[in-house]
Amino acid sequence: MIRDVHALDGKFAPPERHVEVLVIGAGAAGTAAAIAAARGGAAVMLVDENPVAPDLMWADVPLHFGGRMTGAVDRPDRMIETLLAANPALAEAFDAGVEVLLGTTAWGLYVPQPGLAALPGSVVGLADSERSWLVGFDRCIVAAGARDLAFAFPGWEHPGVMGAQGFHALVEHYGAFDGRRLLIVGSGELAVATARLAERHSIDVAAMIEIRDGHSIARVEGGLHGVERVVLRTPAGERVIECDTVCLAVGVVPAIELLAAAGARLTVDAARGGHVPVCAADGATSLPGVFAVGDCAGVASPADTLDHRAEWSAALTADPSTTVCLCEEVTRADLTGVQPPGYLGARSAPMAARSLCSLLADGAPDQDQIKRLTRAGMGLCQGRRCREQVALILAAEAGLVAAAAPFTGYRAPVRPLPLAVLADWAETAAMTDGWDVWFGIPDQWIPYADIGTDREAAHRAALGGTMHL
Amino acid sequence: MATSHIIVVGAGVTGLSAAWWLAKSGVAVTVVDKGVVGWEASSRNGGGASHYHSPLFAEEQRLWPLLDDMLGYPTEYRRGRVIVALTPAQLAHYHYMAAMFTAQGFRADHVDSAQALDLAPLVNPASLGGIRLHFGGHANPQRTVQAYAWATQDLGGRILQHTAALRLVARGDRVTGVETARGLIEADAVVVAAGPQTADLLGSVGVVLPLSHARAEMIVTEPAPLMPMGGVDGNGLYGRQTLRGNLAYGGGPHEWLDVAADGPATRPTSPLSRNLARRVAELLPAAASLRVLRSWAGVVETTPDGRPVIDTVHGNLTVAVMSGVGFGLSPATGHAVRDLVLDGRCSFADLGKLRLDRFAGLADDWRTARGWTAAA
Repeated sequence: MIRDVHALDGKFAPPERHVEVLVIGAGAAGTAAAIAAARGGAAVMLVDENPVAPDLMWADVPLHFGGRMTGAVDRPDRMIETLLAANPALAEAFDAGVEVLLGTTAWGLYVPQPGLAALPGSVVGLADSERSWLVGFDRCIVAAGARDLAFAFPGWEHPGVMGAQGFHALVEHYGAFDGRRLLIVGSGELAVATARLAERHSIDVAAMIEIRDGHSIARVEGGLHGVERVVLRTPAGERVIECDTVCLAVGVVPAIELLAAAGARLTVDAARGGHVPVCAADGATSLPGVFAVGDCAGVASPADTLDHRAEWSAALTADPSTTVCLCEEVTRADLTGVQPPGYLGARSAPMAARSLCSLLADGAPDQDQIKRLTRAGMGLCQGRRCREQVALILAAEAGLVAAAAPFTGYRAPVRPLPLAVLADWAETAAMTDGWDVWFGIPDQWIPYADIGTDREAAHRAALGGTMHL
Repeated sequence: MATSHIIVVGAGVTGLSAAWWLAKSGVAVTVVDKGVVGWEASSRNGGGASHYHSPLFAEEQRLWPLLDDMLGYPTEYRRGRVIVALTPAQLAHYHYMAAMFTAQGFRADHVDSAQALDLAPLVNPASLGGIRLHFGGHANPQRTVQAYAWATQDLGGRILQHTAALRLVARGDRVTGVETARGLIEADAVVVAAGPQTADLLGSVGVVLPLSHARAEMIVTEPAPLMPMGGVDGNGLYGRQTLRGNLAYGGGPHEWLDVAADGPATRPTSPLSRNLARRVAELLPAAASLRVLRSWAGVVETTPDGRPVIDTVHGNLTVAVMSGVGFGLSPATGHAVRDLVLDGRCSFADLGKLRLDRFAGLADDWRTARGWTAAA
């Protein structure tokens, strides 16, 4: 069979390793799954991105750490010790013969499918601080957990505004939380658990606020060390609370990014955190050999409904000048005005006159379209802090219920990875030799005037190989 | 010709530019698309505007600098490009290209390593230099697509999103309308600029257009400090630094695939991101620590010779299928399509070698014979 030498098939090397069972995420669900598989006789690899590199923690990846880390996060050895101490099940996994890789990020999941047949089988892309590599698997169990649900409000850019999961990780897993007094946003199970955790670690809880009781945040004021006080909006007027940390504990979001980027079928489950993978009873996703367990398959929380999130979003981002996307500095007004970023300079009259309303006339709001126009969600945190609230704002503007809010897809790498780390420094000769800038069709680049002349053959010969346009 | 209503199938960059040019001429125009504007390859490309080989290029070059004002919306167009070689073979190749450009009257200078570094401080200081193009350039594909769409609407054109064209309807040698997911829309003339779906649509009125389809991939990093010249490529890559500072690069192997009548089912990326990352890190080593934030893929249609088909193929049916070079040429393509539809001939360029009949006599199994088919 004739194959195009410039096509992708046959270009990838076989994965560096192949394991029977690859488990992603060493939280409770992932560790338990790894131990069970190993005791069942399988060769199991368990990878976990913790301890996360400090530069990513500062970027609120993967959790909303809000810059409330102590210097301890700069000491990897101590971080690993603390992590192991906080998770005794890992020792059990070691004993069961599980190969455990900490500090190892799963940044991509690739499963052969129509249009993606050139893969060397089903693979996961892994990376540590030095390099990336591919691991093949018979079964992949994704136990990626959940990430923080963030909300914007005036002043949320101050260090000290963070998520409940980030708080939990810093306090419980890392012993590296740098705050003393919390205001907790939310009043459901997550908020209560956050308060109990704070109490156990002798961290003051200044207040817990709930929108359904008429309490919201007017603004956060801060100084050199971040948050200093919160000005609350209450039924009795504004009220000031002194604190150094605002912990957003309204809800969490299932960490579906690997599954979604790989093309797993998703559904909206308003009672389990929003978008979740469609799973069979045994956790099987729509992707062959790929399973989802634990929080990434859905987080049941009676208090955290999508409608409740919408109420918080409406209250907290009521001011149009609120910056919703911190990475790209997109305000709520920019978002609903579908306005381009400030670095493009003065807005033309037709541009300034455009708004979400003028797009809604063409169809339901599309978060990818809004993202491309406003850049909301295009920054270093990969939209972790603004994705859900942008969707809620768009839904509210379009008069849609929260469950019908738009959704924007995920793409690999699902963690920001340096070029030099992501790079394949040992690619196959077939990849190197077959590389072409664009399709390798020399005829395409022959100057129009020369087509059909005796100059054509010389161009075709010269333009073969690594053409550039 | 007396025309009262024209339908453009495909709200990609080519169809929207055509619609805008038609609307500018006072024609009632309706654009139909299966999804939102620019959802496919029109917004999933490198934003390059340097297609020197095309008969449309001179007009493209004239129009790009005017486009923001003409449309009323920003496109982020920037002129110029530097192409940097890391190997002697690359350098020889780029020098050959420069000679081709110069022969056509487009200025391209040889630059040495230091000059390349001045234009693009992230470039490898050990590069062999390359060529500087004083023409061509790049723009933001997503913003440009939306700019065409809005400008068309501002002139009274209609854009029907989520309205897939199912088939063309003909009576005799005239196309009378388009059957869409929302019913029949009648028209006095039809333009099909539907990328990969173009062949199936033309087939519905018996016109054979040979097309194959492939997926191509890009990666994008976090922002770097802005370089004086954002259009930097070479080392097997095409791409640009956006005005925000992100580095967006593509290149390398494509994957042939089948596209159903309703369009690409998925647009996945692959571990090719790693091979792209490597080449970007080699070309721009000062950016090697920048983090890759995402990858994307687009599905591109390709004709047997890789050249566009821009032609009136069936009385009042005009096709514009761009074979992977649609974005950069779009300002001029729309103009050419407008001319073909309203005047029967292009006013500014000879398009004779882009006619569909050049493929008459092509064997039915041409895709298989070249290996341009989906891998098993």
